[in-house]
Amino acid sequence: MAFASPHITATAVEATEFPDLARKYQVSGVPKTVVNEEVEILGALPEAAFIEQALSSPRQ
Amino acid sequence: MSLLSAADQQKLREAFDRMTRSVRLLFFSQAIGCETCGETRQILDELRGLSDRISVEEINLVSDRISVEEINLVLEGDKAKQYGVDRTPAIAIAYGSGSSESGRSRESGGSSEASSTGDGRMSDTMKDSRIRFLGAPSGWEFVSLVQAVLLAGGRESALSAASLDRLRAVDRPITMQVFTTPT
Repeated sequence: MAFASPHITATAVEATEFPDLARKYQVSGVPKTVVNEEVEILGALPEAAFIEQALSSPRQ
Repeated sequence: MSLLSAADQQKLREAFDRMTRSVRLLFFSQAIGCETCGETRQILDELRGLSDRISVEEINLVSDRISVEEINLVLEGDKAKQYGVDRTPAIAIAYGSGSSESGRSRESGGSSEASSTGDGRMSDTMKDSRIRFLGAPSGWEFVSLVQAVLLAGGRESALSAASLDRLRAVDRPITMQVFTTPT
């Protein structure tokens, strides 16, 4: 997704190495995706649904 | 001892051989207080060894008074800031223009700019893929890293045309953090 849009940045975070981030975003299972600090996507979704949710985040 | 089996190395070599652009992995490290920097370095060194198109640039962040709760990083050459990196180990993926690809003629008359070479030197025209990895890329993260390298190297997106259309219409900053574990 980051590769498809110049406005999107994507970071894969190894949760066990950064427990402070995992705590901050209340990661209790993986994969968990946090979009613009607000929208949370749990687990793996079908592509269209994932993109729909990711783009539903409010402006930062 | 290498982390990758001979068979895996061969498979990766073949996949990387199809890349049409050079890929640079910017590796942000710290000498102190980074438990998995060594492991990350080893993984990246093995990847680099599999293709002339892959280079690794290590950017060492010097800690300024490390406290357990807050690590203040003195940024080397502002690269960490440029790539939005404030923790280690981190990897940012950049890619070149693919101008050195045989069979793809460049516009005539253009001076040959310093493009990527097999010895790891790169021009400063590398583009940021905006794909980052935080933490050692082992386990499933390694698979993701390889996929990201191939994408930056010119492989077509695996997303559907409809998805790509939606993403191209995005007109505001979107930051995604995907939390994973190695297993």
